[in-house]
Amino acid sequence: MYAVFYISGAVAVISSVMVVTRSNAVHALLYLITSLISVALMFFVLGAPFVAALQVMIYAAAIMVLLAFAIMLSGSGIETQNDPGLFRRPMIWAGPVALAGVLLCGLIYAVTSGGHTSLDGAAVTPEQVSGALFSPYLLGLELISLLLLGALVGACRVGTGDKNAEPGGTEKG
Amino acid sequence: MSGIPMEHSLIFAGTLFAVGLVGLLVRRNIFFMLMSIQIMLNAAGLAFVVAGSKWHQPDGQVMLMFILAVVGANLAVGLVLVLRFRCVFRSLDESAAGDSQGPC
Repeated sequence: MYAVFYISGAVAVISSVMVVTRSNAVHALLYLITSLISVALMFFVLGAPFVAALQVMIYAAAIMVLLAFAIMLSGSGIETQNDPGLFRRPMIWAGPVALAGVLLCGLIYAVTSGGHTSLDGAAVTPEQVSGALFSPYLLGLELISLLLLGALVGACRVGTGDKNAEPGGTEKG
Repeated sequence: MSGIPMEHSLIFAGTLFAVGLVGLLVRRNIFFMLMSIQIMLNAAGLAFVVAGSKWHQPDGQVMLMFILAVVGANLAVGLVLVLRFRCVFRSLDESAAGDSQGPC
């Protein structure tokens, strides 16, 4: 279990460095998803299985789909259209797949050998997390919902744009 | 206490944060700046979970869930702003905003 933690941490650092050093945004996005999944495996080993599942489901899946859509919409990976064989070459996806394979081996080992999810044998259960979330942190939860509502309204306002503004101009306020 | 030393976990979190910070400072593409911010927020969440796991308290995981919501709001507004930026300045380089005679 110690080895799983250190290996996933090394994978997280390596894939984060690859994110920063890539030139194509889509390739960097693949490495970013690998980095998020490796951090989720670190959460799992640290005795936080609930947020590990949340990290994979919300962060590495939903939010990264949002980022992928924005990258595709902006045409940032437009140079790949000149080279249709680029995604078929193994070198593009071999790095993230290899790192994810290492993480999969670590996850299988952690599940099959440990039996419990924490090194101390005292994982923080989802019951404790939800109990803390809904009694002492209830105000924070409401504030988070207000923040998400504000982000939704702001994104709608900025995204639709001001039809009356002159071209090249932005709306005030 | 047979767990992983807290220092090692925090070293990982600090390294991830430093990588994200360097990416934020070095890269000029807006998408890479956003992704570097994701790495930094993720490192902060890792530090929270490490601290919560150290004392067996659920507060760290609650903070990570708050960070998840903040990341969602951040990206929703940020990506819309990026797409508007590209429409206005015809570029994804953030220095284009300062160089051109764009609206301010």
